[in-house]
Amino acid sequence: MALVEIRDVHKSFQRGSEKIDVFAGLTLDVPQGSFTALMGPSGSGKSTLLNLVAGLDRPTSGSITVAGAPVSSMSPGQLAPWRARHVGFVFQQLNLLPVLTAYQNVELPLLLTRLSRKERDERVRLALDVVGLSDRIKHFPRQLSGGQEQRTAIARAIVADPTVVMLDEPTGQLDARSSQDVLALLRRLNQEFGKTILLVTHDAHAAATASTILHLDKGVLVEREKAAVS
Amino acid sequence: MKYVRLVLANLGRHKWRTFLTTAGIALALFLFASLRTVVTTIAATAQWGGARRLVTLNATGIVFPLPLNYAERLRAIPGVTGVTWANWFGGRYGDNKRFFGQFAVDAESYLAMYPEMSVPDDQREAFFREKGSAIVGRRLLDVFGWKVGQDVTIQGTIFPGDWTFTVRGVYTPTDKVLNDDMMIFRHDFFDEKIGRAGIAGWYVVQIDDPDHAGRIAKAIDDLFRNSSSPTKTGTEQAFNASFATMWGNVSLLMGTIGLAVVFAILMVTANAMMMSSRERTREVAVLKSIGFPDRVLFGVVMAEAAVITLIGAAVGLGVAKVLYQAANFNAAGFLPGFSVTTGTLVLGAGIALLLMLASGLVPAIQAARQPIIVALRRVE
Repeated sequence: MALVEIRDVHKSFQRGSEKIDVFAGLTLDVPQGSFTALMGPSGSGKSTLLNLVAGLDRPTSGSITVAGAPVSSMSPGQLAPWRARHVGFVFQQLNLLPVLTAYQNVELPLLLTRLSRKERDERVRLALDVVGLSDRIKHFPRQLSGGQEQRTAIARAIVADPTVVMLDEPTGQLDARSSQDVLALLRRLNQEFGKTILLVTHDAHAAATASTILHLDKGVLVEREKAAVS
Repeated sequence: MKYVRLVLANLGRHKWRTFLTTAGIALALFLFASLRTVVTTIAATAQWGGARRLVTLNATGIVFPLPLNYAERLRAIPGVTGVTWANWFGGRYGDNKRFFGQFAVDAESYLAMYPEMSVPDDQREAFFREKGSAIVGRRLLDVFGWKVGQDVTIQGTIFPGDWTFTVRGVYTPTDKVLNDDMMIFRHDFFDEKIGRAGIAGWYVVQIDDPDHAGRIAKAIDDLFRNSSSPTKTGTEQAFNASFATMWGNVSLLMGTIGLAVVFAILMVTANAMMMSSRERTREVAVLKSIGFPDRVLFGVVMAEAAVITLIGAAVGLGVAKVLYQAANFNAAGFLPGFSVTTGTLVLGAGIALLLMLASGLVPAIQAARQPIIVALRRVE
């Protein structure tokens, strides 16, 4: 069953007088519970696609549906609560608010819910425990390593139990060891907790963590392969 | 309440900058309150004056005296219930760093005319008994550390020589606009010393009904119109107002320069607050990607502006109110009753509110309306 349905999506940007077409009729399904990696060279449209699915950006035409919600036609006012409920997003860097501790950063999505302080506390501690940062709850981002920062961002992405977790080059700025930790964590989230994960990467090793790899080139889906999960 | 921590965390991001911004607002509003209080005090002084008191001067000008025998003729005018007179002395005390006014007055009639000058009965009696005695304002006693019974020597400038008075009493104003750092001494002592009895600087005339002021003033001036010293009579309020008009340009200057300074400081602080918000474009984008709605982000940024401006305003206006009151400030007697009024506090709070809107609204709207993808691209 497809969790994400992308139908005939066009997306173009205007750069000065030049019109750049990123997608010209992309159609794609992402099954529920899958771990999908989007690969491709720079400018292939991977991050743009992720932004479109998360409702951070709008397609020029076409439709995107996530868990039955018509994301591409929702207003900004409708998208905000929808994202809070259904999307956990992790950027390549600068994910965390530097003035908040790891705990407070992870708690942010829960502030948008009706959970009590006690319930929020339980959820935050659980999420930090899942990413292996129980001992870093009072640390500020500047006191965390790059890998720990990304794991904190992942904890924040999963703390509200979203429908889909989307990550844009989460290991792009990390060393090999930290990358391994983050990728192992993603695999665990998918296999152990059943989270649907959409991962954008240009790192073949990172993509190999996923169950499915989609290759994009100039906005066209050129290849779909089943990864050999290591 | 859930977002208070976020607001406080943002304020604590650059503690030094937040402190300076708040201090800037506090300073601006302190200056505003101070300068406006100068203006309101001058205006209050201009308004002061007994409704039943007229002042009669030499029509040529206040520096020209009037004959003392006018007193009896004034008393005879219908509607006049009391007459007293005074003379400006213009002396110096010590190093003259602290100016205060000295007046020769007709002791009994003057204190009877001014019940606002509260003097203990025994001191009043001593003043009436002893020719070389003086009554001083409470503030003078405090400033110079004088004591009742002490001899005080004043150097005359208009009337040269050393003039020694014995402080026999202390007056306390019952009306805050009345100056409390004057010295009054007996007119008969003054006459005796200068050897020129029979002149008064001006007369103060008490009347039976404020509604008769115009008629009685005209009667007084008509009475002396063809004499060697014609008079000019008006209400005491008009008399005080004529002094206040000498401050007129000062008030305007203070108001204008003061507002310009306040405006400049406020613009600088507003800019600092907007800059602080612009620096967080990326964070706003992250919060939006989490699902923070526009109204919450708008509220968070506005709350930050509110905390800074309201704390700044409370400190600036509060310090002005308490400081001047505690110090009993009156600008060396030039601004009696100097006190920050409720109107000034309300106006200051209004300025703070405007500043909050001016500095918070633009970044708050930007934070709320900025499309996530645009905000992310701006910093990537």
